Amino acid sequence: MGTNANTQASNAHLTTPTRLTGAEIVWATLVGEGVTDVFGYPGGAILPVYDALRKFPIHHTLVRHEQGASHMADGYSRASGKVGVCIATSGPGATNLVTGIATAMLDSIPIVCITGNVSSKILGTDAFQEVDITGITLPVTKHNFLINRTEDIAPAIRYAFQIAKSARPGPVLVDITKDAQQGTAIFDFAAAKPRPVRPHPMRKIEVSGLDHAAEMIRNSKRPVILAGHGIIESGAMEQVRTLAERAQIPIALTLLGLGAVPASHPLNLGMMGMHGESWVNHAIQEADLLIACGMRFDDRVTGTTATYATKAKKIHIDVDPSEINKNIKVDQPLIGDLREVLEELLPRISGRDGVAWLKTIDTLKGASAVRDIKNLPDLGHLYAAHVIHDIWRITGGNAIVVTDVGQHQMWEAQYYHHEQPRTLITSGGLGTMGFALPAAIGAKFACPDKEVWVIVGDGGFQMTSSELSTIAQEKIKINIAIINNGYLGMVRQWQEFFYERNYESTPLVSPDFVKLADAHGIAGLTVRTRAEVESAVNQARSTPGAFLLNFMVEKEESVYPMIPVGAALHEMIRRPGNDPLLESPDDK
Amino acid sequence: MLHTFVAYVEDLPGVLTRVASLFRRLNININSLTVGRSERAGLSRLTLVCEASAEAGHRIRASLFKLENVVDVDDIAQAPSVTRELALIKVGANRTTRSAIFELVEVFRARIVDLTAESLMIEMTGVESKIEGLIQVLNESESPILEICRSGKMTMRRGHHTSSVLRAMGTGEDDPAGLDNPDGQPLETLDDRVASEPE
Ligand SMILES: Cc1ncc(C[n+]2csc(CCOP(=O)(O)OP(=O)(O)O)c2C)c(N)n1
Ligand SMILES: [Mg+2]
Repeated sequence: MGTNANTQASNAHLTTPTRLTGAEIVWATLVGEGVTDVFGYPGGAILPVYDALRKFPIHHTLVRHEQGASHMADGYSRASGKVGVCIATSGPGATNLVTGIATAMLDSIPIVCITGNVSSKILGTDAFQEVDITGITLPVTKHNFLINRTEDIAPAIRYAFQIAKSARPGPVLVDITKDAQQGTAIFDFAAAKPRPVRPHPMRKIEVSGLDHAAEMIRNSKRPVILAGHGIIESGAMEQVRTLAERAQIPIALTLLGLGAVPASHPLNLGMMGMHGESWVNHAIQEADLLIACGMRFDDRVTGTTATYATKAKKIHIDVDPSEINKNIKVDQPLIGDLREVLEELLPRISGRDGVAWLKTIDTLKGASAVRDIKNLPDLGHLYAAHVIHDIWRITGGNAIVVTDVGQHQMWEAQYYHHEQPRTLITSGGLGTMGFALPAAIGAKFACPDKEVWVIVGDGGFQMTSSELSTIAQEKIKINIAIINNGYLGMVRQWQEFFYERNYESTPLVSPDFVKLADAHGIAGLTVRTRAEVESAVNQARSTPGAFLLNFMVEKEESVYPMIPVGAALHEMIRRPGNDPLLESPDDK
Repeated sequence: MLHTFVAYVEDLPGVLTRVASLFRRLNININSLTVGRSERAGLSRLTLVCEASAEAGHRIRASLFKLENVVDVDDIAQAPSVTRELALIKVGANRTTRSAIFELVEVFRARIVDLTAESLMIEMTGVESKIEGLIQVLNESESPILEICRSGKMTMRRGHHTSSVLRAMGTGEDDPAGLDNPDGQPLETLDDRVASEPE
């Protein structure tokens, strides 16, 4: 972990109004907001801000590409629940942030991005490195600001933090012209406080709705809780669990909901959706009541909406009124912060006999639960499922795992069982390849004492592998597991199923990743058989510095089950071959 | 169906882009948009008319409210309301053809606001169909239409008693979150307000 060199400043300016430059105000405001780490990359239009950094107790991580900075801020936020901060210069620096901003937007992650812009006198003249970044990011931010007066900097940044955190979180960008950074103004942190949050007027918890929802739950025979990312953002883990336990309702999770309910909880069915287990999707299709908690009926979890859970009445609890009836028509919306809604709802819920329905689901599991690839005997082949299952076992399920996008992401979701919220960090909504490595760096800064693993494909790793230098420069301990299948695997899988195995542009030549790590001063190892996995993982864990494991896995393995796009949730493609394999004791 | 949204938005640069961008993203064409100062300091009032499905109305309103600079939104839908549009129409007319236009203007209860040797300008306020009517008749006349400038629709609910109206009449309860709150404090939904709607 990099040392914090910038600690000489006193915080007097936080309590006494003081005249500061705009650049100093940027840092002073961040300090006031509790920021200790930022991720960024300098350039001409943000140089005044960088020049002032040494006076403030904030650690700046120099990234290798600004996309890395926005993903790091995002990973920092996902791991900690705090607002992540990234900084970039104007023009290309700002545009490089955009993928990370959109990633945060689609997954409702609170980050604040600060960009420099050209001087206000030449704004709009196509000056050197000028882009309209507030225009560009308008649809992928919750809000953004173009600031060209020094005195507006502190209020804008404080307002940005409020917007990023409030209601449904999301990214906010503050673009500050160079002359505003260079000017001076009285910095008054308290006076820069934004007006109170204006609550969305359609967001209110109605007694009649709560009563009705409670009655629906009471009368249901086959209820399922759909647990989403909103549980983690709202901090409603306890309440969802209580609801499930009190009324004996099984829980299905979205990808971003994993960890919101412990994987080992007896009522936790597992992940739903495109690569969810068959019994989970069947349970949803058979249900007579769905209680959606902080999830948005994304197309990846519904399959075709026309055939989605047609027998079920639906209760939808969400903080965002625009999500109601957006994808799926619901019978009882409860619009509000999930934890607050559940706290109101729980007193209305009494014990329910759920035995029959739970038994039915258990029989749905049938053979599919044990016909699992992780139980395949070791025939010399290395499957990603083996690797991830072993990493789970060896880390005791306690690591923060940051995944990229593709097959390995789905295998992680299937084989790494998350007991705690904020231990799976993955780009669900935007599905951004290149996310994992930088997001893991952000997560490590947020939780320096936690074990952090990156699980990444050979394709996605190469999108942001330059951040290996950042890891080396910051001397942080991250374990990197490359699931190296020689393909853009998930796309190859689609080509296998839907494009007659025309593997166009998906085979992938990669560098020797261990040598690449070595070039960065990072140790590494290539693993080819299952027999080697355990010792390799242990070696990675016990090495003080970062460690890269290059797992040469089966090339043309696919993720099962799979619901093809446009199919119903219960129409899934199953793993070929029907021999049920018995579970080995350590797989339990 | 045709939706009419009335919104109060902060009078700041870029706010209109944010509102318009929401419709652009949904690929909804804005039929008409009018913006101007409102009775509330620092807030503009806009009327936006668009074609969208009946269900879309709820989501658009909910999404508009999510914009940081939008303070209040009303989806007028079929509620009793008054809608007006202003049109300025320049017509080519000389001494001989002018009198026919004068007659038309009289019938349509419009006004002549500018007159030159070769042209005159008509100002007309009314509902859309009335303005369309005048334009059609002018098109059928000998005098060519040279220019048309239409404001787009402005809509206000009939007898809709917002908290501020009630207060002004001395009958409303004190509501610190009322419509005319200068700090832009929270507003109750328009649906909640007492609405006596004669018609
Ligand atoms: C930035 C970006 N470009 C393209 C895609 C489309 N895409 C989704 S998965 C995938 C393949 C990923 O390959 P790899 O990183 O090797 O992971 P694997 O599926 O093989 O585990 C691609 C290209 C994407 N999600 N993100
Ligand atoms: Mg691959």
